[in-house]
Amino acid sequence: MANLSVNIAGVTFKNPLITASGAYGFGREYEHLYPLSRLGGISCKGTTLHERAGNPPPRIAETPSGMLNSVGLQNPGVDVFIEKELPYLRNKDTVIIANIAGHDPESYQKTAEKLDQTDVDMIELNISCPNVKEGGATFGVSCESAGLVTSLVRKATSKPLMVKLSPNVTDIAEIAKSVEAAGADAVSLINTLLGMRIDIKTRRPILRNNVGGLSGPAVFPIAVRMVWQVANAVKIPVVGMGGIEKWEDAVEMMMAGAQAFQVGAAMFYNPYAPVEIIDGIDRYLNENGIQDIHEIVGTVRPW
Amino acid sequence: MQNYLVGKYPVIHKSSLAAGVYDYTLYCPEVAARAQAGQFVHIRVDGFTLRRPISICEIGQETGVIRLVFEVRGEGTKALSRINEGDLMDLIAPLGKGFSILPASSRVIAVGGGIGTPPMLETIKHYGANGAAVIGFRSAAQVILENDFVRTGAQTIVCTEDGSRGVKGFVTDPLRQLLSAGKTDLVCACGPAAMLKAVVALTEELGVRCEVSLEERMGCGVGACLVCACKTVKDGKEYYAHVCQDGPVFPAEEVIL
Repeated sequence: MANLSVNIAGVTFKNPLITASGAYGFGREYEHLYPLSRLGGISCKGTTLHERAGNPPPRIAETPSGMLNSVGLQNPGVDVFIEKELPYLRNKDTVIIANIAGHDPESYQKTAEKLDQTDVDMIELNISCPNVKEGGATFGVSCESAGLVTSLVRKATSKPLMVKLSPNVTDIAEIAKSVEAAGADAVSLINTLLGMRIDIKTRRPILRNNVGGLSGPAVFPIAVRMVWQVANAVKIPVVGMGGIEKWEDAVEMMMAGAQAFQVGAAMFYNPYAPVEIIDGIDRYLNENGIQDIHEIVGTVRPW
Repeated sequence: MQNYLVGKYPVIHKSSLAAGVYDYTLYCPEVAARAQAGQFVHIRVDGFTLRRPISICEIGQETGVIRLVFEVRGEGTKALSRINEGDLMDLIAPLGKGFSILPASSRVIAVGGGIGTPPMLETIKHYGANGAAVIGFRSAAQVILENDFVRTGAQTIVCTEDGSRGVKGFVTDPLRQLLSAGKTDLVCACGPAAMLKAVVALTEELGVRCEVSLEERMGCGVGACLVCACKTVKDGKEYYAHVCQDGPVFPAEEVIL
């Protein structure tokens, strides 16, 4: 049996699969299919300091090999997360990652302070949500603001801190370097790519928010490229995501330099995707005589 | 908290009920055993990222089948309609909250509009001759399931906008007459937003309990992704509920149409 466990910023994951924030809720909806302990970790639905109603519908549009969403961080606020969701997840024997978003640096900081007192295993700092007008992505698209929010949150918590990066930038490696310098323990990427669909009959955007985040297999090659670039630019661990739907994709992402990976949209069409991917990687390692998952990380041989 | 199944089930019957409207029967005893009127199934379509939510038209608990009737509206449903007898359909099912089930002696009226009609068939079956169905379509060519409704024992009134079949006009006129004729315990409705609005206004005016089935573009189908939001009011507070998990059936007084 090959070793599947990985360590990211001092946190041990039994395997490198993490369900992506926003795609899996808090796991309640899938728990009767397979135990959540099969997962390396769960990145919880994005939480904010106060409750957020989210965007008006429609919030989803299909695209070739993908989808756009504009949920707009609908969530009950960090206090409810701590009271209701955390106790539920605590005894599931999987790593709990709290994903936090905010509309100004102070709200990020306050949310992180509240989580610092809890037993979440890690904080994922979302500076890349494309669906909230007053924040999220605006922090993630410049080195200065990304570094600023990261350093504020860094001061607010001693939890391992992973910063989720936006692909909607000119040079994602530069952003990664600035959050590394500001104290991030890891980076995760990519969040969704900003996109748009229009109904040609009504001439209205399909999304009520006009624009939304593209995810699904369509974005996979972009994610692989960006993970490769970032892994070559920083020393902290990289968690790769974007369009992974099968074990081969996960292996590819790890060869690009990801030490762990997240799965999102694939679970919509295949609720068993997480366990199928883990089982597939396990088989692949054993069939190829690879003792440890680390042996494949970053092993792409570029031309 | 969730009790759905994920599986592939064989199509044992396929036919066309009207232009672009398909009628499928699937053999899926586990799904049939736990399905309820007004719930839906989420069907995977080869080559598409998103599953397609389709309401359950009939449930055969003893025969282990469910019946699905849907209309081709876009590329996804077109691809679904290419599935043939003997093929498998990949379902997440059953999903969502269905219509309330009252004692069979209750007076219940089912209102269906266009392709919103199918889920009303299973809903009204339970009430036999105590039930009534008002089903509306654009014209005679679009009328579906009329004989199926008649067979349930429910008084069945077909309406068409152009009068080419049954009563000319919208479902609300015959509905008003039925509601005025005697006490009604529940009105269940599924159809276009304009129809639902009119039905809700009417039942509100007459003080009759009403439930409506809503539709929204959907992602996971099981309550995790939060995309299928619909505006509702509960305890005086506006809130985005989610069609897949909180619905698709909602009490009329909770929805903002």
